[in-house]
Amino acid sequence: MTGNVALPRDGLRRRLSARLTRSPRSRLALLLTAPLLWLGLAYLGALAALLVTALWTTNTFTGEIERVWTLDNLRIVVTDSVYRSVTLRTVGVAALVTVIDAVLAAPVAFFMAKVASPRWQPLLVAAILLPLWASYLVKAYAWRSMFGGGGLIDWAGAPFGIGSPGYGLTATVCTLAYLWFPYMVLPIFAGLERLPDSLLEASGDLGARPGRTLRTVVLPLAFPAVVAGSIFTFSLSLGDYVAVEIVGGTSQFLGNLVYDNIGAANNQPLAAAVGLVPVVVMIVYLFLARRAGALENL
Amino acid sequence: MYLTRTTRIALRIATAVILALGFVPLIVVVVNSFNSDRAFGWPPAGFTLEWWYRAAHNAGLLAALRTSVVVALLSTAVALILGTLAAMSLQRHRFFGREAVSLLVILPIALPGIVTGIALNNAFRTILGVPLSLLTLVVAHATFCVVVVFNNVIARLRRLGGDLEEASMDLGADGFTTFWRVTLPLMRTALLAGGLLAFALSFDEIIVTRFTASQATTTLPIWIMDNLFRPNQAPIVNVVATALVILSIIPIAIAQRLSGDPSGGRV
Amino acid sequence: MRHERFLIRGTALIAVTLLAAACGTSSGDSDGAPAPGASGFTPPKIPQLQQLGAGEGAVSILAWPGYAENGGNDPQVDWVTPFEKQTGCKATVKTFGTSDEAVTLMKTGDYDVVSASGDASLRLIAGGDVAPVNTALVPNYPDVIDFLKDKAWNSVGGQMYGVPHGWGANLLMYRTDKVNPAPTSWSAVFTDAGKYPGKVTAYDSPIYIADAALFLMNTKPELGIKNPYALDTKQLAAAVELLKAQKANVSEYWSDYLKEVQSFKSGNSVIGTTWQVIVNTAVAEKAPVKAVLPDEGSTGWSDTWMVAAASKHPNCAYQWLNWIISPTANAQVAEYFGEAPANKKACDLTTDKSHCDTYHADDAAYAEKVWYWSTPIPQCLDGRTDVQCTDYAAWTRAWTEIKG
Repeated sequence: MTGNVALPRDGLRRRLSARLTRSPRSRLALLLTAPLLWLGLAYLGALAALLVTALWTTNTFTGEIERVWTLDNLRIVVTDSVYRSVTLRTVGVAALVTVIDAVLAAPVAFFMAKVASPRWQPLLVAAILLPLWASYLVKAYAWRSMFGGGGLIDWAGAPFGIGSPGYGLTATVCTLAYLWFPYMVLPIFAGLERLPDSLLEASGDLGARPGRTLRTVVLPLAFPAVVAGSIFTFSLSLGDYVAVEIVGGTSQFLGNLVYDNIGAANNQPLAAAVGLVPVVVMIVYLFLARRAGALENL
Repeated sequence: MYLTRTTRIALRIATAVILALGFVPLIVVVVNSFNSDRAFGWPPAGFTLEWWYRAAHNAGLLAALRTSVVVALLSTAVALILGTLAAMSLQRHRFFGREAVSLLVILPIALPGIVTGIALNNAFRTILGVPLSLLTLVVAHATFCVVVVFNNVIARLRRLGGDLEEASMDLGADGFTTFWRVTLPLMRTALLAGGLLAFALSFDEIIVTRFTASQATTTLPIWIMDNLFRPNQAPIVNVVATALVILSIIPIAIAQRLSGDPSGGRV
Repeated sequence: MRHERFLIRGTALIAVTLLAAACGTSSGDSDGAPAPGASGFTPPKIPQLQQLGAGEGAVSILAWPGYAENGGNDPQVDWVTPFEKQTGCKATVKTFGTSDEAVTLMKTGDYDVVSASGDASLRLIAGGDVAPVNTALVPNYPDVIDFLKDKAWNSVGGQMYGVPHGWGANLLMYRTDKVNPAPTSWSAVFTDAGKYPGKVTAYDSPIYIADAALFLMNTKPELGIKNPYALDTKQLAAAVELLKAQKANVSEYWSDYLKEVQSFKSGNSVIGTTWQVIVNTAVAEKAPVKAVLPDEGSTGWSDTWMVAAASKHPNCAYQWLNWIISPTANAQVAEYFGEAPANKKACDLTTDKSHCDTYHADDAAYAEKVWYWSTPIPQCLDGRTDVQCTDYAAWTRAWTEIKG
């Protein structure tokens, strides 16, 4: 019975399989349809729709979006000096966070990949991964209490005459650099681990001192991994608006502006227009990253 | 690479110091979970087990934990399927627009969460007219989780090459059998690592969640936020964070054991 | 603390926006000012319930976070379960973050009752989404404090559209060890903010512009501000200028109670706007703080429970209205949320016996000084018709500019 039923199906399956083997095109279609529908249609569609909303307006009495075409929102975002300064502040902080993370992550990743014994390696990776599980909000509040007057920083720094800088951009940079640090270490570690030791030995055998090997062999080969990590630290910082509310004092970021307009004022078109700023910044960044070969390395 | 003893020691110290600094905020969280000061004052005002007791008896907390696990599992499942399909098509085929597709996969995680959040919020509510729900949240999470699965799988495929699959086909297996009996087992650990990272990513996500979950869908991060801002409930979140860190040792250990890949996967 | 829809504003937003709303007029409209809004429209004719029948076994509640707690956040905080036990009405609770969201959700027809702030309440009445409430069918209604009844934000033409829930004022808090003498005017955070450089705090929401407008209303009569929620372009610009000057001395803008308690306790902030519940928490944590209602009065909120016009469970809905303003439940909500209860008998049942004194629950003179939150709209809430007022979107843009 089962055999009878299975036979035709089996035949169909064989034919299909043979067809797929013969035609890479159908195989590709089979593989790519679902991801393309999801990411291409759903996600890109949503992004495109966002752009469209930015060209509409909102009726503030009813809160309804009115589909009247206008460039007003984009004009406000481009010409109003406040949006320019917030954009510069946000991009500047995101860049600074990325640089700090890269500088701190490089020695750690190098030690993990090339110096630590195989027994220590998994423990170190676990140490990097553990903080990721303590909720983001809880960690941000922990930093808030550390930076507060009489907090851990004041307390530990008192004997040396160091005080907390209080809430503001410094606290924001520290908090964000802390939150995103694992996202920088792991790609660099993975990149260095794939670097064959023999290559480094060859460099040494040819007479290069460690400093030179580092500069001429390790750095160029690890660079794409650093760029890959920076995509995370940079974009995560660029879109953050929660940590800055918690430790940022009076500072506001692009994310806060988007949030204020959509969450409180129900002005989705202006929120969308502001939201386009980080999109443009990130797309430029991704193109540069692709040139550095980082996308293959992510 | 030959490193001088001093360099090795310097590296060891630098690593130790940086990792130790990373644990300071965590220690603050753990200490605060026993701090009798409701506003996390420092130094701690006194020792109390009240927050631990209250966390253990909180039904809303357990419900939120359950919701988060369900959302993370569903998003991970979708991400595993989409990520694997995308990785296989990009690794095995050369076609027009290939670069664009690889960029597309990365886009949801590369663009700031607030952009993904409002784009999807806008698409669901304004364009499609779909009310926000647990399902819309899963769609949103899966979208940015695809990339971690994709990265792990494509890296594994690159390392594997196609020899074993060709051998399987030469021995008479059809394409499906080959995938099921050869390719998939070889990718198992990469899928596991990618899946775990996707799970973790979804589990602690708050920004996209805020924009794509219905008010009734309370994930753990949202529960934490709700409680942080309710009088006298704030300290309980330190307990939750402490417990999560301790519990997270389990998945990290499993990943490392199963994958034999010390990084437990790639971000 | 009410949270905005996405709460997060970093944190939560809390509340306020919440509050966002109370319709715009001061509670003290006894001066004969026209009740704005109320006078501006005729509500659709919707019949009110004539008599109570048996409960339908279910009720769907749309509430500000903290108004209908069922033990999900804290098992000790639960006044929904006892309601279910007593009435047999199974309650489902959905919370909302902004008045806009409440209005949108009410239009779906899925909810029986809603806790509406002033701006939402008038829009709901005008839109025919809520029905007049027959207060004769709410046995606890007579115990509601008189100065909360028949207000512009909960009634039209003498017909109540709901039952008052509770209210609160935005106060001026200061560190007693750092601020001498004790402030009596909002000038302490505006014109005199320079005395506490980098130590002033302010509420992080566009609606805080109303606080500046209230101060200008008292100090710069030439601007002609009659209602802090009805600002024309010139008046808004004056408020913005005042707030920009204030910003130079601001330590941080706060948006949730925890943030502000921490700031005052650690001394990062020494003076600024606050809620009574924050004062209480800070004092409990041994921070040396006090709060006053300054001479100019203050902003604040006042909320109303309303019944959907299309309610499928009107009898359970009325039972909920009666329950939530019953002395026991009203006392629980008021203490949990940190506001003045609407029912005067609730004052005997609070665990803290001085709760009602602390919040001035029965103090009409005090309530008179509060300008309840109201969402600014182009139609001036103070009754002016010769000029367009700035709306909330404009306030949000202005707030962005102030913070820079």
